[in-house]
Amino acid sequence: MLSVIGVTDISDLFKDIQPHHAPRSFDLPDGKSEFEVVEYLRGLAKKNAADLTLFVGGGYYDHYIPAVVPAMTSRGEFLTAYTPYQPECSQGTLQALYEYQSNICALTGMDASNASLYDGGTALYEAMMMAIRTTGRDRIVMDGGVSPIFRKMIRSYTDNLNIQFVEVEPSHGQSDRKRISRALDKNTAAMILQNPNFFGAIDDHSDIVQEAHEAGVLVIQSVYPIALGMLKPPGEIGVDIVTGEGQSLGLPLSFGGPYLGFMAVRKKLIRKMPGRIVGETVDTRGRRCFVNTLQAREQHIRREKATSNICTNVALCAVQATVYMSLLGRKGLQELAQLNLDKAEYMKGQLESVEGVEVKQGSPTFNEFTVALSVDAVEVISRMIDHGFAAGFPLSRYYPGMKNYMTIAVTEKRTKDEIDGYIHALKMVLAELKVSV
Amino acid sequence: MDLIFEKSRSGRKGYSLPGTDVPQSSEMDQRYRRTVEAPLPEITELDVVRHFTQLSRRNFSVDGNIYPLGSCTMKYNPRFTEMLAGLAGFAQLHPLLPQLGKGYELVQGALQLLYEMESLLCEITGFSAMTLQPLAGAHGELTGVMMMAAYHKARGHQKRFIIVPDSAHGTNPASAVIAGYETVMVPSASQGILDMKAIKAVLNDQVAGLMLTCPNTVGIFNSDIDKIAKMVHEVDGLMYYDGANLNAILGKCRPGDLGFDVMHMNLHKTFSTPHGGGGPGSGPVGVSEKLLPFLPISRVVKEANGQYRLNYDYPDSIGYMASFYGNFGVLLKAFAYILLLGRQGLADVSDHAVLNANYVMARLKKHFHLAYDRICMHECVFSAVKQAAHGVHAVDIAKFLIDQGIHPMTIYFPLIVREAMMIEPTETESKESLDRFIDAMIQASDLSLSHPDVLKECPQIMPITRPDEVKAARDLNVNFFAAEQRAAGPVA
Repeated sequence: MLSVIGVTDISDLFKDIQPHHAPRSFDLPDGKSEFEVVEYLRGLAKKNAADLTLFVGGGYYDHYIPAVVPAMTSRGEFLTAYTPYQPECSQGTLQALYEYQSNICALTGMDASNASLYDGGTALYEAMMMAIRTTGRDRIVMDGGVSPIFRKMIRSYTDNLNIQFVEVEPSHGQSDRKRISRALDKNTAAMILQNPNFFGAIDDHSDIVQEAHEAGVLVIQSVYPIALGMLKPPGEIGVDIVTGEGQSLGLPLSFGGPYLGFMAVRKKLIRKMPGRIVGETVDTRGRRCFVNTLQAREQHIRREKATSNICTNVALCAVQATVYMSLLGRKGLQELAQLNLDKAEYMKGQLESVEGVEVKQGSPTFNEFTVALSVDAVEVISRMIDHGFAAGFPLSRYYPGMKNYMTIAVTEKRTKDEIDGYIHALKMVLAELKVSV
Repeated sequence: MDLIFEKSRSGRKGYSLPGTDVPQSSEMDQRYRRTVEAPLPEITELDVVRHFTQLSRRNFSVDGNIYPLGSCTMKYNPRFTEMLAGLAGFAQLHPLLPQLGKGYELVQGALQLLYEMESLLCEITGFSAMTLQPLAGAHGELTGVMMMAAYHKARGHQKRFIIVPDSAHGTNPASAVIAGYETVMVPSASQGILDMKAIKAVLNDQVAGLMLTCPNTVGIFNSDIDKIAKMVHEVDGLMYYDGANLNAILGKCRPGDLGFDVMHMNLHKTFSTPHGGGGPGSGPVGVSEKLLPFLPISRVVKEANGQYRLNYDYPDSIGYMASFYGNFGVLLKAFAYILLLGRQGLADVSDHAVLNANYVMARLKKHFHLAYDRICMHECVFSAVKQAAHGVHAVDIAKFLIDQGIHPMTIYFPLIVREAMMIEPTETESKESLDRFIDAMIQASDLSLSHPDVLKECPQIMPITRPDEVKAARDLNVNFFAAEQRAAGPVA
């Protein structure tokens, strides 16, 4: 090969990198065999407490993933393909993404979905930026029930931009109508809501959606897709942009990613959407096929005028969610949602009998809810770990005034025995703490 | 091929849910409930498996095809990393665990992995510190530019511009604008390299920094790079390295040593995490000492007692770029890949990637116009101008390759080369497969003279022929259900 190139040594190919460019150091370990690397990472995996019984949610849930889901996405044809720039040899990915978009629309009741964004938080940020671009306004009204993780992230992103934020704390768990309505004005680009909210409360936002629209404000709602098996879809109450974290649709928790950000919009906003969009068309012989479409919005064409800088999204995660949604289907998703609700309601009932625990009853909930404890929630959760439970998420992490509060999530994977075991352990822990106080 | 919705039959199911062991709860208030079922498909498990298996067969992939897609680095993805990502100790780990009381104790293995990964990437790139938080390359770019902005803000600078070469990836200007800057484009000199004069012409106190890909997108390493860095630093501008692809420089040079202040890298390229048909990616960002205080939070730290924890206490940090600690499942695959290769293995990557690219270039030179006739790095850029004279364009050559079972190279990028064909063979292709690709290219060139019409009709043997992209955008159909409603008649 060297003689074809016309050089005598590989180093001749690197002459543009001159001696003074050489690395000051390149002190890396020696290579290892596959077996050795596997053993090393197995060792690291063992140092994680992944065997705790999970009652932690916070937007990321421990749902069962049918074996078919990873079996399909681990096929090399999906796994080792690039972005479908050449549609003739990428119809597999393209059609799967079209089906993904259609499923997301089916679930949310919206007109159009893009082919995915990184995760639920970045999807919400993109939605907000889209609303600002569309309305030409620069003020955002954000419900305090929106995930505090998302809110912190959005604030980081917009630190350098002139965007004014109004955050409205919920009242009795649900969105505070009066204060939100006062906050909406002619400079407001968007009102951002979440359903169920971070405390687990379900709301029917129809009334404030209408108010926002009267003020020319776009409504963004972040949703939990499993809950949509049962809850009224955002499309029905007039939401303009729906986003959400799609991890629950067949993706492992995997310590924070890769996840799936989804976004769906009303028809009038399709061309304002960021990210890839797959559309149907025909080939030269009139056969149905799929292509990336509306690419004029994107960075590789529009460069500095693009609707977003996003390039790679999470196509494989979207395919994974499509397989999951296809397996569960019309009935399965409803049954799954009902099962989650039933388990959570059972747990609430059991908790009510525990002294020192108050289940907040201000609003209905789905599979996650808030409890007030008689003592510091962080301490309770810490002690519950010794009993094998990740018992809940301490709200003081993001809400300093809520020291004794935690949220508890109950998915279909939690059995009655586990819930009963939790209650038993919690009674012991609370008794211990009462003694020590 | 039918859509999954067209295979749906009422009453079929592809799932089994655990029987309920708790009483059914009382009905939820109707005003919160959906009244119409979501029209997801109803289909058996076997039919789901068949559907997605058949779909997968309609894809080219690295596993099945030569894939010399320039700038995308489609090297072989070792399979053991998939198995590792699936280990329960990683896959079932909830990201909020470290935020519970005693939480760090629960995730020591994961934090150790992240910590060691940061160290490895710092050593490979020559930077002082690294954030693993960005979820893809473009996300990393935005993170990098935001840190640049934070740096200038902290120093009381009023800077407005970021310089971007015309050969840059489209994400560069897009990221700069989203972070609040205006971009100034500078043209490449005749050899495809950014020239010092052009930079000097636009350089002033208002310049926040320069974004550079090096080797650039035409596959050339800029020998003046350290001088350029010096010039930009003189106006207290920052040097941004678009390290999407490090495949040419592993063990040869390190951006941190060359005077760069910040860089992102796309792990799916150099460090071989599968691209998945368009993600998930991972876009770690390295910084020099100057930008250290501005790194996103949280950061993984190692205590004197050997314990790992997350530190959020950096008052100058730009804040949260992602909800958690990055795409952990992708990071761990890249980590395993780096451990497998080690120091020598990584250096060999660049040797072989550059050798392969130059071999392809040398053999195709006679047949295609070479945009810049000189030794290239990990990729080379040809132009189809000679063929275009006979009515055959880069796209026609690409479509011919598809019929040969070869994924085409990147076409029409970089924008500065007319009829561009950007070829990146990567280090994992054998000489035999390179020859097969080269022979197919030569055949395409020959056909462009003898039978140009044949190329225009390609591909012929794929599941579809060329799609009508104009129709796709004009008669927009991105959702089966909306299309179905339209077909059913006008909506009142």
